[in-house]
Amino acid sequence: MANVLQTSFLPSTSSLRRPSISGSKGKSQSLQVKAKIREIFMPALSSTMTEGKIVSWMKSEGDKLSKGESVVVVESDKADMDVESFHEGFLAAIMVEEGGVAPVGSAIALLAETEDEISEAKAKSQSSSSSTPQVVEEKPKQIEEAAPDVPAAAAAPSVPVAKAVTLGSAVHPASEGGKRIVASPYAKKLAKELKVDLGTVVGSGPLGRIVAKDVEAAAVAVPVAASPAKPDPVAPGIELGTVVPFTTMQGAVSRNMVESLSVPTFRVGYTITTNALDALYKKIKSKGVTMTALLAKATALALVQHPVVNSCCRDGNSFTYNSSINIAVAVAIDGGLITPVLQDADKVDIYTLSRKWKELVDKARAKQLQPHEYNTGTFTLSNLGMFGVDRFDAILPPGTGAIMAVGASQPTVVASKDGRIGMKNQMQVNVTADHRVIYGADLAAFLQTLAKIVEDPKDLTF
Amino acid sequence: MHSTLSFSQATTVPTTNYAFHSQSPINLRFCGLRREAFGISILTRSSSGRVRLSTRGRSKRTSASTGNNGTPPKSFDYDLIIIGAGVGGHGAALHAVEKGLKTAIIEGDVVGGTCVNRGCVPSKALLAVSGRMRELQSEHHMKALGLQVSAAGYDRQGVADHANNLASKIRSNLTNSMKALGVDILTGFGTIVGPQKVKYGKVGFTDNVVTAKDIIIATGSVPFVPKGIEVDGKTVITSDHALKLEFVPDWIAIVGSGYIGLEFSDVYTALGSEVTFIEALDQLMPGFDPEISKLAQRVLINPRKIDYHTGVFATKITPARDGKPVIVELTDAKTKEHKDTLEVDAALIATGRAPFTYGLGLENINVVTQRGFVPVDERMRVIDANGNLVPHLYCIGDANGKMMLAHAASAQGISVVEQVTGRDHVLNHLSVPAACFTHPEISMVGLTEPQAREKAEKEGFEISVAKTSFKANTKALAENEGEGLAKLIYRPDNGEILGVHIFGLHAADLIHEASNAVALGTRIQDIRFAVHAHPTLSEVLDELFKSAKVNAPESTSSPISEPVAA
Repeated sequence: MANVLQTSFLPSTSSLRRPSISGSKGKSQSLQVKAKIREIFMPALSSTMTEGKIVSWMKSEGDKLSKGESVVVVESDKADMDVESFHEGFLAAIMVEEGGVAPVGSAIALLAETEDEISEAKAKSQSSSSSTPQVVEEKPKQIEEAAPDVPAAAAAPSVPVAKAVTLGSAVHPASEGGKRIVASPYAKKLAKELKVDLGTVVGSGPLGRIVAKDVEAAAVAVPVAASPAKPDPVAPGIELGTVVPFTTMQGAVSRNMVESLSVPTFRVGYTITTNALDALYKKIKSKGVTMTALLAKATALALVQHPVVNSCCRDGNSFTYNSSINIAVAVAIDGGLITPVLQDADKVDIYTLSRKWKELVDKARAKQLQPHEYNTGTFTLSNLGMFGVDRFDAILPPGTGAIMAVGASQPTVVASKDGRIGMKNQMQVNVTADHRVIYGADLAAFLQTLAKIVEDPKDLTF
Repeated sequence: MHSTLSFSQATTVPTTNYAFHSQSPINLRFCGLRREAFGISILTRSSSGRVRLSTRGRSKRTSASTGNNGTPPKSFDYDLIIIGAGVGGHGAALHAVEKGLKTAIIEGDVVGGTCVNRGCVPSKALLAVSGRMRELQSEHHMKALGLQVSAAGYDRQGVADHANNLASKIRSNLTNSMKALGVDILTGFGTIVGPQKVKYGKVGFTDNVVTAKDIIIATGSVPFVPKGIEVDGKTVITSDHALKLEFVPDWIAIVGSGYIGLEFSDVYTALGSEVTFIEALDQLMPGFDPEISKLAQRVLINPRKIDYHTGVFATKITPARDGKPVIVELTDAKTKEHKDTLEVDAALIATGRAPFTYGLGLENINVVTQRGFVPVDERMRVIDANGNLVPHLYCIGDANGKMMLAHAASAQGISVVEQVTGRDHVLNHLSVPAACFTHPEISMVGLTEPQAREKAEKEGFEISVAKTSFKANTKALAENEGEGLAKLIYRPDNGEILGVHIFGLHAADLIHEASNAVALGTRIQDIRFAVHAHPTLSEVLDELFKSAKVNAPESTSSPISEPVAA
């Protein structure tokens, strides 16, 4: 038997003013009276319910409702329940048909106080369903619902932004040239949950199928601490004083950042002298070697000696020791940030690594990275040194064990052990790690090893 | 052991009409008779051990006296020959021996039939594994119990071996039990060559012909594969192949969301696969009581890595080859238009089972099968093309399609043996329970609510529904398995139980209190006084019976009229 729940009728008092019809006689007085058209909202039937499915409407449009009468049967994640009316009136317009799904708090029907208002309510429901809500309620809106508030001009640029983060399309050999999206059942469920548009996800499964980890990767695509995209303080196309809703990608970043709060992280910093590294860089720069590749290589070699820093905690119960050392490096791209991965950075020689890096960066800029090229990192590097940042703090991307924030290397006056004062190039690094698997002493030992490698970089070139 | 079954349950493709057969009103008419007969049965059984020899003598005489039914009286090689040594044939053979009949059983494949070798038995082994995996993987569940387990894993071959070993063990148990009792096991495919005459033999060997006073056909069924589906046994498979668990695909489409499909979805998702159901009808789990299937969908489908397409036929399935995946063409069940194409790693065809009656020689005795099923009356007597009963010939189990469950076959076999040994007996199919061994399990007996409402309307009585939740049961809560529902459909005027449906922990074991009550004709007003140990899951049913509102007085004749001191 369905439980009866009293809920859901939040009046929207403002309503619409009836347009006074010039030349109409007699009734003009009653036309002055504000019409009462109320919205029927999708009720929250359980604490975990985020959306509800309309099982059946027990009343049809035009039916009279008395207070306390059941109107609609709603299916939540837990049960089916009858929802009854708080007010008397007429069911004017059904906005979500049987079988339809609506988020909690969104309008599913309109209730008119008098029979005369039915047609008005109908018109209202049409306008709100076709051109999206004309702000018919005064209730504080949810984020998604804020969208229509944005003037069209400002809303327009957000569309290309959403497109910009599209990292290719789901090209599946057997999916009619990408027209059809081939995604596994769980990937579909996750995409709905994480609000990821499957059309923007590149599949890494058999024959290009989208699998769960692709969706997760798409949701995590912008994982690391915010990086300044461009020096321009205000990007073109942004209208000040407006509220622009997150794009799918930005929503995913937001969720991901919030999710990172559930990981107990801590930070350990270290100052590393880079004179030797700078000298090496100068020597082999002409061979196409980049500083990023050198840092990635040095990090990878240090990780070989400290596998725990390359581990992660997947389930809260165990260490996952990664079999390869894949260094992800954060790169700012238009409308976001991506982390191309240098795979097996400990094994690949510095020249190949540099070439690989250049290729990855080009691909990232062209949005052509394949999922395995940006979601397989086991340790992340984030370098803001080029902006002159001397130290910062990175947020740990969920699913990995540690991230290292690298500051600029700059000339510093230092006292040496023999009591002299000298000038040395020093950079500060700061590692954020998951303390469930990586402890303070682990990081300290790792940083010490890294410093040794950087300060005596002959191993970097083999 | 062999009363479990899920494998021979009917189909989701509307080609076999299990529902139609099972609620045939004919069975209801014989309820009174059956109850009366049951009393006699109790007496017979209790003394059967001592009177075996004399019973045997009697049966010989019987055969002589009834032998002049079209055929000249003569002596037979056997009193009873059973074609097919599945669970139905085995049940019939054991009962026949107990009744003193000289019995032979003909088997062309392996003893145990579908249930033991390719059905309920090995699937229970896989489900035992999936149940444990599920528990170990449920972090939330473990945490609530205060347990800490590091990542759970499995060895596919080890799981497959467990299923195979279980099947071998049960098979040898069955074989030994028949040998020990003196049942002759004749090897080869049996064919009826004339009245009371069967030949059997292996291909390429000379046939032997044996005669028997009575013959039972119990040849069972094979997986039904709709047209257009190419089964290669590797990537497009039936339950026969799936039970060997030769690989665990990343993504498997399961065609049919009945018992077989549901159980395999439970196994595959626990082992890490993702599942897509393809169901021809408009809703999943169409065979179940709608309320139960709705709840089951919330628990067994929605939170798992499963999606589904309903109202579609899989009109064409091509196995994976040349680097291409398994391709499934979906066609709208109503418009017959192409709807979608799926590309998956494997497809399991679980669209029900088709009778295995080809080559039985039915044409020799003028019997025409109906879509492969052998037509029988309510006493399992075979009906020929002219609508007449074929003397001395019976058909039980999946081959007659009345109720495609292993234990139903066995019960039908026992019923037939009762008849041929001189006691009329009709099995009440509405008292036969059915179970689906998902986690948690689903079980039922009798009518679903819509069926009961239809019957009530036709026959002009009221029905009521009572429900209890596992959430209120102490034992279920102790196990942290409070998800579940028990539902009772009954007549408030006389307390008759029309149907009981359970979804919850150990539902398959719980149903028997209700099915026994239906079989014995026990009324709610009486069973509600029966005592249940506390705390046990059986109290879910106790609560259920107590919550029913019956307007009839308790029976005056209590089974135990005098107080018994403890």
